[in-house]
Amino acid sequence: MSSGRRPMSVPRFRHGSRVPGWDDAVDLSKPPATVPDPATTEVPQELRATVEAAMAKYPDKRSAAIPALHAAQSMHGWCSPEAIDQVAAVMEVTPAYLTAVATFYDMLETQPRPIHDDVYVCTNISCSILGADEFFEAMVKAAEDDETIHVSSFECLGACDIAPMASVNGEYIGPLHPLDATRIVEQLRAGEDVMPLKNLRLRACQDPSSHPDGHNGNAPSSESH
Amino acid sequence: MPKLLLFDNIDEPGLATLDVYERRGGYESLRKALSMSREDVLQQLLDSAIRGRGGAGFPTGRKISFLPKGDMQKYLVCNADESEPGTFKDRELMQKSPHMLVEGVIIAAYAGGISKAFIYIRGEYQVQADLVEQAIVDATQAGYVGEDILHSGISISMVLHRGAGAYICGEETGLLDSLEGKRGNPRLKPPFPALEGLYDGPTLINNVETLATIPHIIRMGGTEYAKLGTEGSTGTKLVSISGDVKRPGNYEIELGIPSREIIYGLAGGPPSGKKVKFWFPGGSSAPVLTGDDLDVPYDFDSMAKAGSMLGSGAIIIADESRRVLDTALKLAKFYAHESCGKCVPCREGTNWTHKMLERIYTGEATPMDLDLMASVQEQIIGNCLCVLGDAMAMPIGSMVEKFRPELEAEIEAARAANEAASLEDVVPMGVADELAGPLPVH
Repeated sequence: MSSGRRPMSVPRFRHGSRVPGWDDAVDLSKPPATVPDPATTEVPQELRATVEAAMAKYPDKRSAAIPALHAAQSMHGWCSPEAIDQVAAVMEVTPAYLTAVATFYDMLETQPRPIHDDVYVCTNISCSILGADEFFEAMVKAAEDDETIHVSSFECLGACDIAPMASVNGEYIGPLHPLDATRIVEQLRAGEDVMPLKNLRLRACQDPSSHPDGHNGNAPSSESH
Repeated sequence: MPKLLLFDNIDEPGLATLDVYERRGGYESLRKALSMSREDVLQQLLDSAIRGRGGAGFPTGRKISFLPKGDMQKYLVCNADESEPGTFKDRELMQKSPHMLVEGVIIAAYAGGISKAFIYIRGEYQVQADLVEQAIVDATQAGYVGEDILHSGISISMVLHRGAGAYICGEETGLLDSLEGKRGNPRLKPPFPALEGLYDGPTLINNVETLATIPHIIRMGGTEYAKLGTEGSTGTKLVSISGDVKRPGNYEIELGIPSREIIYGLAGGPPSGKKVKFWFPGGSSAPVLTGDDLDVPYDFDSMAKAGSMLGSGAIIIADESRRVLDTALKLAKFYAHESCGKCVPCREGTNWTHKMLERIYTGEATPMDLDLMASVQEQIIGNCLCVLGDAMAMPIGSMVEKFRPELEAEIEAARAANEAASLEDVVPMGVADELAGPLPVH
């Protein structure tokens, strides 16, 4: 830096901090007192079985935190305090520990919402270059009065070849046009496959035949528009 | 036609099933590897000189040789948390040929004396995760995974672990924490994962593409594989190309071919004859190159020499109709959102870069902000536990450097528009006095 003085050397522990025990603040091996009592916490049999099966797959049961929370979320719609208590009772960890995990990951919901359809719209670089922001706006608008359809903008979903794209309940579809949004909502309400012809599963690695001029087929799929 | 290894037959229907994969010579490499000694398998990988395909480009054979010898519990973790914007090659591989990955994992585990393997796949890849899961089940039933593989006495277990949406978990130590069931915060290195990784045991971490290439190296022989590509970057590479091109998709290329050949020859270049304005050669973390750099050979060393990097092998093209500012803002917003918050330079640097870029849109920025932004990027690079901050600082820094006149023009235009708009709200002086009422008396 500009002062020209050598920085003072500060004695540090091996873990790099000046604070002793900086990185062992959480002793995960101690049985914490606040683990929900298995006797009084009612856990649905199905959830218990899923969580226990997940725990058995790893040398350390805590590795099952994400799969277990996923299972609880699909049962309750979100990681509610009740859902977290149930998982905590089976895994014998504290709810605080699981809440810390749940709040870190984008796919684990920590806000209340009904059981729903998930529409993740990618708005990252490749998709936004090809018009993802317009599609996202249209999608939000199309689904605004339907609280069972949960639309969120998402970071790169790893399907830039069909940009702009969205993940609808885990199925990747694209390329999408703002005019496709209402159709997606209709299909979700009717419980049909969403945009089956634009599903990524049908796509070859490369698309040599595609769209000699213009973008990669970025046109509304329905002729009526 | 370029020589294809990983993408040979890739679009064949049913390749994801064990039957078709075996008919295409699948698991022959595993048989061959198990008939060789561990040391010989490792030697083949060293001879192949293959460099990691995930982004850092570290030689894979050497990585395996860093694992301590002995009987302690060692782990292999396959990094399938493909989250780098622009990258979708691993998705294609896992979806279309999951057994290739399973075979590669088992061979690599055998070479490293490892008995437990994990595949960490990002949570968003639900279709792909189901396919890999099925492949593991089928391969286990067929005796390629699990106890006493092909009656060799070797046992290697394999577990698929699904993430839940966090870019940082693609960073190897963040991934390990996440796999241990914690928040995915990166760890201080050293100790490196080869010595102290998953559950504190020696751990080998490799990308999907790297591991899927291993069966091909064993089949061809390391020295034969090394004849492909260039001296410093051997073999073939999967390239994901997207953005303003006619034929986006995944292509397998021999390393060292001119970038122009990929962008124009394979992907068809920008539609409607526009010129390439800027492009990312290796995912969004790579410093951008311009239309003048199209003849740079596509390999690790040439890209580094051109001031960028091969990264994950994801090319994103923006043509001359695109604004640099829009992409810069997307980038900064993304990294600010994905920063785990552990290290200050990254947490604050990504956040402030995002705010400074937004200030340009609202007309509140001055040209000095560009210097400030460049200096923020310099303060991030090399000052954090992991390279997430660097991954924003490098491309943003390169954009400010290469497109400064354009960004200055954006600042000026937005400022002028802002000034004109706010003048409309100005009330003439006398009127303002009347509206304001009597002066307050203190």
